[in-house]
Amino acid sequence: MTRVVVVSAGVSDASSSTLLAQQIASAIGRADAQVSIESVELRPLSHDVIDASITGFASPRLQHVHDLLAQADGVVVVTPIYKASYTGLFKAFFDALEQDVLVGKVVLLAATGGTARHSLALDYAMRPLFAYLQSVVVPTGVFASPHDWGSEGSGALTSRVERAVDELLSLLGGTGSGRSSSDDIDLFSETMLSISDPRRD
Amino acid sequence: MTSMQFGIFTVGDVTRDPVQGTTLSEHERIRNTVEIAKKAEEVGLDVFATGEHHNPPFVPSSPTTTLAYIGAQTEKILLSTSTTLITTNDPVKLAEDYATLQHLVDGRMDLMLGRGNTAPVYPWFGYDGSKAVELTIEHYQLLRRLWEEDVVTWEGKFRTSLQSFTATPRPLDGVAPFVWHGSIRTPEVAELAAYYGDGYFANNIFWPKEHYIRLINFYRQRYAHYGHGEPHQAVVGLGGQFFMRKNSQDAVNEFRPYFDNAPVYGHGPSMEDFTEQTPLTVGSPQQFIEKTLTFADFFGDYQRQLFLVDHAGLPQKIVLEQLDLLGEVLPTLRAEFDARRPADVPDAPTHAARVAARDAANATEGVEQVSA
Repeated sequence: MTRVVVVSAGVSDASSSTLLAQQIASAIGRADAQVSIESVELRPLSHDVIDASITGFASPRLQHVHDLLAQADGVVVVTPIYKASYTGLFKAFFDALEQDVLVGKVVLLAATGGTARHSLALDYAMRPLFAYLQSVVVPTGVFASPHDWGSEGSGALTSRVERAVDELLSLLGGTGSGRSSSDDIDLFSETMLSISDPRRD
Repeated sequence: MTSMQFGIFTVGDVTRDPVQGTTLSEHERIRNTVEIAKKAEEVGLDVFATGEHHNPPFVPSSPTTTLAYIGAQTEKILLSTSTTLITTNDPVKLAEDYATLQHLVDGRMDLMLGRGNTAPVYPWFGYDGSKAVELTIEHYQLLRRLWEEDVVTWEGKFRTSLQSFTATPRPLDGVAPFVWHGSIRTPEVAELAAYYGDGYFANNIFWPKEHYIRLINFYRQRYAHYGHGEPHQAVVGLGGQFFMRKNSQDAVNEFRPYFDNAPVYGHGPSMEDFTEQTPLTVGSPQQFIEKTLTFADFFGDYQRQLFLVDHAGLPQKIVLEQLDLLGEVLPTLRAEFDARRPADVPDAPTHAARVAARDAANATEGVEQVSA
């Protein structure tokens, strides 16, 4: 079964990022009932995320979310745009994630902001982050401003969500299952050779 | 000789005491370190180890100087390091300094090699920090040869070549100091330790045990792979930390301000979360014993247990009290660890045992040669 994890970094109560995350999750469910969807809110994990950035290890409940991501095939990430970029919590969460967890996973970018003038933050801030993490980023990103939640804009938002979800599912169809968590011994094997060799002098 | 060694290791940081608001001078810190080592012997501990650092707020930049000074004032305690920087020290000088120490203290020493984790240190000693792992491997291979071979001709990447060079003094009784390799994250170091049949030490302080279990299991497997014995016979050391009082709530109250302001994990997780998630114990001697005994369940039977006691700005008086408490629980720890230990798990390495093993091996070879 294909697994998608939806991560929302919304922080206010009744957060528009969480609303957008739910909208994307429902659209995935409508498009393909076979996909299993897990939703994760970062707000209750915010202390764990900062603690992990200090100690270098994840608390058990943060580790649980890391494990969910490691087992996922696709990931939907949603953040509010503050001061021209994703929030500190959103970035700190991905900073605390082990290096290779998102390699090769299909990632759908979504964001919310107080004005449509922030919409390019999807492409100049979020897209480079997930390029660095070596994810396969869905071409269409979804940005929602206050305008989109009103009756005038909602049709356009719905169609953007559907297009992005469509792209996500088609990429998932072509990628097979995501990487499982790394097997250390295999990763080490090349190093072993390089260590053993020089002594044969 | 004891099958398992217990001791302490110091980082040698000068940290402000957050309760009294005072900071020691370097002189006071260095004198305190000597007092702590002597106290460790007095309470019955087997090992004292010092770190090596070359930047404030740390004082121990010259481990063999300090260890020789301590060695002159102690009788039994084994002197070691935690860690000696194999990356930025010249292996020729390491071979000589530690062989000298070995002679001065009659073999009552060994050393733990590490890379250090401070990138700016490398250029201070003429090296490139981006080559840390390669430096570790090349330096260590040379160090081994300088101890094991009387005359060495050598060529490598990171230092000038050697022509018919003899490091002096030669190791005591012709047996090189035992070497541990310390690492908190690098599998190559576990591989190096396994390859040479050396000890492997996991600092076991900052992170949940699962992290160290992976590294130690890897080292044990590779130790067996290279033919030194079964995985459970590999030579493993662990760190740990505690704060004890007779009454567990007293320990919690007294240690909290030190925990909350500690240089490494302070201002982060709560002490309760940290004690639950890492090997730290803050509580009664009984709680400390129970948690420490679980280490063997997680990591397998092992040879050396070192604790970090003098840190986070704890005043000297409290550090010495902690050592008294550690001394009181030692007989129980020794008995409990021994009781669970299979007979084929090797004892902690000592110079005398290594000389005896070398002599036994030579005798066997002699017999074979005679009969051939």
